[in-house]
Amino acid sequence: MEWVNAIVQGILLGGLYALFAAGLSLMFGIMRFVNLAHGDFIVAAAFGTLLFVDATGVNPLWALLPIVPIMMAAGYVGQRLVLNRLSGKDILPSILVTFGLSIILQNLMLEQFSADSQRVSAGALDTSAISLGGGLTVGTVPFLLFLSAIGVIAVLNWIFAKTAIGRQLRATSDDPETVGLMGLDKRHLFGIAMALASAVVAVAGVLLAIKTNFDPAAGPIRLLFAFEAVIIGGLGSLWGTLLGGVILGVAQGLGAQIDPGMQILAGHIVFLVILVLRPQGLFPTKRGS
Amino acid sequence: MTHLLEAKSLDAFYGDFQALFGVEFHVDQGESVALIGANGAGKTTFLKVLTGLLPVPGQSLSLEGVDLTALRIHQIAARGIAMSPEGRRLFPSLSVRENLQIGASVKRPGPWSLETVEKLFPILAEKANTPSTLLSGGQQQMVAIGRALMANPKLLLLDEVSLGLAPVIVRDIYETLPMIREQGTSVILVEQDIGQAVAVSDRLYCLQEGRISLEGKSSELGRDEISAAYFGRAREAS
Ligand SMILES: Nc1ncnc2c1ncn2[C@@H]1O[C@H](COP(=O)(O)OP(=O)(O)O)[C@@H](O)[C@H]1O
Ligand SMILES: [Mg+2]
Repeated sequence: MEWVNAIVQGILLGGLYALFAAGLSLMFGIMRFVNLAHGDFIVAAAFGTLLFVDATGVNPLWALLPIVPIMMAAGYVGQRLVLNRLSGKDILPSILVTFGLSIILQNLMLEQFSADSQRVSAGALDTSAISLGGGLTVGTVPFLLFLSAIGVIAVLNWIFAKTAIGRQLRATSDDPETVGLMGLDKRHLFGIAMALASAVVAVAGVLLAIKTNFDPAAGPIRLLFAFEAVIIGGLGSLWGTLLGGVILGVAQGLGAQIDPGMQILAGHIVFLVILVLRPQGLFPTKRGS
Repeated sequence: MTHLLEAKSLDAFYGDFQALFGVEFHVDQGESVALIGANGAGKTTFLKVLTGLLPVPGQSLSLEGVDLTALRIHQIAARGIAMSPEGRRLFPSLSVRENLQIGASVKRPGPWSLETVEKLFPILAEKANTPSTLLSGGQQQMVAIGRALMANPKLLLLDEVSLGLAPVIVRDIYETLPMIREQGTSVILVEQDIGQAVAVSDRLYCLQEGRISLEGKSSELGRDEISAAYFGRAREAS
């Protein structure tokens, strides 16, 4: 029973990892852009949630209302003003700049909020649980979080498959030069892609704030889990990313069951094994030429 | 009278490498102009300049009298230049129909729509939901032309439509050209096959090592004259 429970908790945790990973996957998939500050932006959104709750006293889920649009706008503007200048054939400038950005963000948060670990309370939700039958119960918060991960990924997939902007983003991912011949401004499309990724970052940040403790230095480890989930799932497939997150979460859950100190290590070991056996990930998208 | 498109003494560079030298070129409304030349002569480079893919700041290049050199690729497309590029360059993650739809992103009004393009190339309606990567070479070429038409261009650029295709298929594709021109669209076509180029064009330019080596009415140019300009025997002889 304990083991089944560990697996279920791991699956739910995987939803959070998938949320961390989805934004990263979008940025890389469309712009071939590696954002080393990704985890720090998630933590920044978590601190934003803290500020919002301190100021208003309402349930932290309401923080989505201001934080999602603010981050989307910031993502679009940041892409147009800064990141578009870096995008090119060479991936190195974006790595250097976002590495710098990561350090700046961490220090700004440290300055503003101190190094203390924070947590945002969702009131009664924090302690409530849902019974899955057979003696299994899961926390309401982790359960809602998993559902939101599925929701976010379903919405993103719908946008890509069914809307004109989604079609344009897929085309940009295929061949940004030829997209220009279609009369589309690549710089604008990159901005839209970044705005979408930032919306996911905002959701991930708000939910992170409710789910776990966080502090200004918590970004890099989130980034690492996100990378692992993306790579396990295979680049380019968001459902693959969800599965990657779940595998990582389950590995950590089982590791913790063996020995609490094994939690993080078990995740890394499973990641390494998959990387060796299946370097393209479980569900890579096949791309022609 | 201003030409639809006019390039005056145009040079083009890839870094330090000069690919075009003093090219004088024009196309009038409704004209079909062939651009021929050996491999590496600079034909694709010239089309890249026209679309803005290869910028030529400060030079003389205009569409309907409007300077193109200060515009970006997408702005030039919006003004009515569309291209079926060398190697087709379809979007592999898009279906056939999505490839066509994205061609209409400029939202220029005109005769071409999903319906009329699929009437021009009926196979594209049949394969609408197929990934473009699963089509034959000829079908892919039809998608590339259809995608360009969806923009309702004033000027259509066709780069090596027949590359790698069987002669029957090339004939099928060129048979649609009169229907495209009927709508008033001007065409610049780059073609390796001189006979084909002469047959479907009003005028012809020959490029040789980045320079225009011959220009004239396709019906009035002699076969020898063209091969001399194409292969560069004219210079050896003089
Ligand atoms: N991207 C590029 N960078 C540098 N040189 C190029 C590039 N593309 C083409 N060239 C050179 O420019 C010249 C003209 O090429 P191109 O326009 O492709 O010829 P064509 O289409 O007539 O075969 C060739 O010498 C070619 O090597
Ligand atoms: Mg060429």
